[in-house]
Order: sequence, then C-alpha cells, then structure tokens
Amino acid sequence: MALFQVSGFTSYLELRGQILPAGQTQLVDRTNHYNFGTKTQEFAVPLGVDPSGFLKSCNRDGGVCIDLNHGTTTLAFKFKYGVIVAVDSRASAGRYLASNDVNKVIEINPYLLGTMSGSAADCQYWERLLAKECRLYRLRNNQRISVAAASKLLCNMMLGYRGMGLSMGSMICGWDKEGPGLYYVDDEGKRLSGRMFSTGCGSSYAYGVVDSGYRDDMTVEEAYELGRRGIAHATHRDAYSGGVVNMYHMQEDGWIKVCKEDVSELIHRYRKGMF
Amino acid sequence: MAARYDRAITVFSPDGHLFQVEYAQETVKKGSTAVGIRGKDIVVLGVEKKSVAKLQEERTVRKICALDEHVCMAFAGLTADARIVINRARVECQSHRLTVEDPVTMEYITRYIATLKQRYTQSNGRRPFGISALIVGSDDDGTPRLHQTDPSGTYHAWKANAIGRSAKTVREFLEKNYTDEAIAGDNETIKLAIKALLEVVQSGGKNIELAVIRRNQPLRILESKEIETLVAEIEKEKGEEAEKKKQKKPT
Repeated sequence: MALFQVSGFTSYLELRGQILPAGQTQLVDRTNHYNFGTKTQEFAVPLGVDPSGFLKSCNRDGGVCIDLNHGTTTLAFKFKYGVIVAVDSRASAGRYLASNDVNKVIEINPYLLGTMSGSAADCQYWERLLAKECRLYRLRNNQRISVAAASKLLCNMMLGYRGMGLSMGSMICGWDKEGPGLYYVDDEGKRLSGRMFSTGCGSSYAYGVVDSGYRDDMTVEEAYELGRRGIAHATHRDAYSGGVVNMYHMQEDGWIKVCKEDVSELIHRYRKGMF
Repeated sequence: MAARYDRAITVFSPDGHLFQVEYAQETVKKGSTAVGIRGKDIVVLGVEKKSVAKLQEERTVRKICALDEHVCMAFAGLTADARIVINRARVECQSHRLTVEDPVTMEYITRYIATLKQRYTQSNGRRPFGISALIVGSDDDGTPRLHQTDPSGTYHAWKANAIGRSAKTVREFLEKNYTDEAIAGDNETIKLAIKALLEVVQSGGKNIELAVIRRNQPLRILESKEIETLVAEIEKEKGEEAEKKKQKKPT
C-alpha cells in the first residue's frame, strides 16, 4: 500500500522475513493442496544451524568419521502376476541388535506399499507422512493416488532436506490405472522406475540371487520362492540383516501378505544344496 | 443500509450479504455472453465476440483461452482479472503434470480456480475477481465436462450453461431445447450452441467464436468459415420448419 511505503512502516511479515531465512516464515497452516507441501517445509530449520555444513565436517575428509549405515535388506520385483515385496526385519544400532522383529513395510493403503531401509526414524516418519498425504489426496480428488504421484511426493519431501543428513532408501510399490508400479526413492532425491530393486547393505547378495533366478513368466509360487531366497541368502551373509522374511504380493485388487518366515529355518531348508 | 457494509470485502452486512461479491457478480452481468454445452462425446464453448474498433487488430482479442491441451475456458467480466486467473490456472496445470505425472482433471482445475477466487473474498485490502468462468474439457477417461465458477468462489458442474449479458435468456432457451436428440451427435451439439448464441448476438455468425473439445482429442477453435457454414445450415433448417408450419395450417 502506498501509504505504508511513504511512512516507512514495515509490516510484521516483512520484518520476520528479514530475520528468518526465506521460505521458513510461514509456520502457520496454509492450504498446501496444490503444491503438495513443497513450498512450506514440514520443519523449519532453526536459525544459525547449518546441517549440511555440519555433516560435511563429519565425513572422512574432515577427519572425523561418522558412517551412516543402511543396515537392512529389502527387495521388490515386478513379474507377470504383479509385484513381490520382500524385506528382512532386523534393526541395528551400530553393533547392538535393537530388534529382530521390525516391520519394514508400511501399508499406505490397500493398493500401495512402502519399504524402509536406512535410518529407521527417518523412514517411519516420512513414509507415515506420505501415507497422510495419500489419504488426503484420496479425500480431495475422489480417486486413489497413482504410484507415480505418491513416489514423487516422497521424492519432493526428500529434496527439500537434501544434504541435511536424512537417510532413507525406499521402494514404493502399488497397482493403479497404469498397472503394477515400482519406484525406488532415496534421501538424495533419486527416483527411479524399474522392474526390480534391492536396497540396504545386504542388497548385493539379494541382487545376485534374484538376478540369477528371475524369469518374467514365473508362476506365483516360483516368485514367492525367489523373494524368500533373496532375503534369506542376504541375511545369511550380511550381519546387519536378519530376523524374518516379511513378504507381500501386490495384485490387481490390492496387496496380500504372503508369509512371515524365520530366516534361520529357511537357511536350514536350503542347506542341502549349500554345503 | 448497504452503503455502510459494502466498502470492505471482509465485512458481512446484517442480513448476511457480502456486498463486494454481489457487486462483482453485477460486473459479470455486463460482460459479453458465453455459452457452454456438454454433449455425449463433445463439449462446445461459444462466446459473443465484441465488435472491434476499425484500427484494432482482430486476432489480439481472444476470449476463449486454452489452459492445457485438453482444457479451455471462456469468461465473462473484467478481461484484466481474467488474464491473471488464466495465468495462474495455466501454471497450476503444468505444476500438476510435474508433480503427479498426469494431466489435471476438470474438477481439479475448477476447484483450484474457485479456491483462488474465494481467497480474494476473504483477504484484507483486495477485491474479488470480477469474472465468471466456464471451464470445459475432457478427463483422462475421455468424459467431456463443463464447470462454471463465479466471483464468490463457488463452482458447479453443468450440462449446459451461459454467463454474461443476457445469460438468463440463453439459459431459458437451453432449458427448453437441451434434449437427448439435440445432443445426439457432435454436429448437433455445435449447432445447438450456435442457436443459443444467435438468440442474443446481433448480426449473426460474424460475431461468434466457437471452440470444441472432442473425446480424447485436443482443443480446436473453429474457423469463421465453418461457423458461417453452420449458421447457413441453421437458417435453412429454420426456413424449412417455418414452411412446414405454414403448410400445416388448415386452409
């Protein structure tokens, strides 16, 4: 307003904008319907804190060494009859085994699943936030969110905090109008669509097993067995993976939980051919 | 009474009116007519072209604007306000394509425009947009749709509607003539739109601009030659009807 400018009066919002960094002033609840919350971040970073700078000083070049390990194995692959999702269930804190019975798959809705690997806290929080956004989308637009859009929402959330130390590697699997969908999203903001992904420090072992046994025309039972084997062999060799294999099958009319089997029993079963 | 409650948009009057919004609707009633008709596989948007001054370039006066490949809108009211709304809607269409990897649905973009208009009826220091919009297009599954928004920020879906000057006349004509046979085919729907506009437009086809969106096809603006042909057909049909009526009269 002209009078405001002439009198030198600065409105409250402008003053705040000069003190706090740009984009963080809006902590009030604004309707984020149309940009999916990418303009206003979930957390305003406190004044004076520079997470990316701090982290840079903690990597190998800086002298100190803080390794953020992704202790887990998860895998997912598309085949003729849908998508198979298989995860282990071990949570480790350094060399201490926190739990052997963690659920690393979040059931967003009957047609969408998300896996978690990396920092357990980051995965659980951001994927539950994704579930909230998916539910809101369904309410506002009267149709379920597509897998591409859900994975993009998660990817945009990660990009907002890029470089600030988030650690998450997730696979978003679902079935929508375009058919079965599988996307890999990670904390760097990478988002890839593909036929097969495996994440976590046990992923190399899982890739080896699934790559050698994969055929596009597998039967459903063969696919279940392949998923089980992938996780079981990865947990056998990787110290940070273990517990049970939680396996889901994403079909056209929703996902079903296939099994929850202890890996040690699985390894005994496969033993005959191994030693 | 109105005089004291119509200055600021954010003040209700004692009998529950927001006078600024109602005055904005009056502005809309002064704008040139626009009509939208939804057929089975096609949706038609027609506007009355205002006569251009002698020295004015005709092609710079466009009242039907594309928001995306499969959506377009016509408005009645203040042209400058419409420009702002159209620009924001165009950005939102692309933003939606970027985030969701899918084109907007009609309902979504209409809701966005309506929310934008409502925000301006609840802010200090701003006035409402003085336009009503007719938004037409086809959704992902090809279904054609027609929506209308007004300055207060409400929106509705319609089978056929008109806005602007003489909207009432056109709407009454449509209520009488919108039948299943009238929209049986694409050509019939287009002719119905032209007939509706001819009710209120002076000097016939030269002052009509028409756009169609067919199922699963991008927006197409009809050329004046096509409109002239259709108007001629309509005149011929009218003549034949009149002849039939004359012959039916008992001698």
